[in-house]
Amino acid sequence: MPLDPQAALDATRTVPGIPRDADGPVFREPWEAQAFAMALALHARGLFSWNEWAAALAQEIKRAQAAGDADTGETYYRHWLATLERLIADKGVATTATLHRYRDAWDHAADRTPHGSPIVLMPEDFAS
Amino acid sequence: MTGHDHDHHHHDHDHSELSETELRVRALETILTEKGYVDPAALDLLIETYETKVGPRNGARVVARAWSDPAFRARLLEDATPAIGELGYAGRQGEHIVAVENTPRLHNMVVCTLCSCYPWPVLGLPPVWYKSAPFRSKAVKDPRGVLADFGFAVPDSTEIRVWDSTAEIRYFVLPMRPAGTEGWSEQRLADLVTRDSMIGTGLPKQPHEVA
Repeated sequence: MPLDPQAALDATRTVPGIPRDADGPVFREPWEAQAFAMALALHARGLFSWNEWAAALAQEIKRAQAAGDADTGETYYRHWLATLERLIADKGVATTATLHRYRDAWDHAADRTPHGSPIVLMPEDFAS
Repeated sequence: MTGHDHDHHHHDHDHSELSETELRVRALETILTEKGYVDPAALDLLIETYETKVGPRNGARVVARAWSDPAFRARLLEDATPAIGELGYAGRQGEHIVAVENTPRLHNMVVCTLCSCYPWPVLGLPPVWYKSAPFRSKAVKDPRGVLADFGFAVPDSTEIRVWDSTAEIRYFVLPMRPAGTEGWSEQRLADLVTRDSMIGTGLPKQPHEVA
């Protein structure tokens, strides 16, 4: 299945709550589009079905609500991102520890990159 | 001010910033790419199709208002942050937006869209090709050449100025109003304003393109 706007539109038909307009999904910030696109790519690879994704996302939202999230729609893609991380760990693609290690490496890369230069992840970013 | 007057490389805030969420997203993308689950080029291509869907493209309304209302234009160029605030768009705390105006003699171009300095609430999604290191270095050294690569020939008589955002200041370009739009409503004018025209790598659409 190609990674295209049609696939995106299909996702909005199966997964409840995806913010959208008449043409398809809409995003508030660039990272939301990235998180959406990654889920679309993993779905296209067959890592999960949209029904499975929707169930995992609903669970994530329930968990966040229990922890006091007002779920105003502002936080939809935060739950989406948490769902991605959880499914990737559950499916054995990468452990939570690996996710943390890469997160810290990117933080290190941003810190040493002068403002305005592309931030590129280097092996030494994993050292600290 | 040219944006290069001061050496901000020793400034406390002069490293790149990524929010906690951006860090997690980048971590995921790197891992999934390394393991062959996603192709970053395919992701970028898909994201590019949502160019106009990230943020409500508020910048187009700001530009259209400036074209229609000389008093607003003056306020925008004087201090863009409160002028943009008049339309209900607030930036992040501590963020200062500066509007730079194109004229027949001066073309402005913004190069820093690489981290959280990019004012997406006004401009929408940054172009994917901005991520490339060669683009940025060439934009600073040879802006006329970069614009030519985009098929955009700037006359020799027009000076080109390149603006590099700092941690506190974000720039956006106020393009020239296209000819043949006399009497147009702000709504119609806003349809002419492209993201690329607000970062200075393109021009607004011409009236016949939106007819």
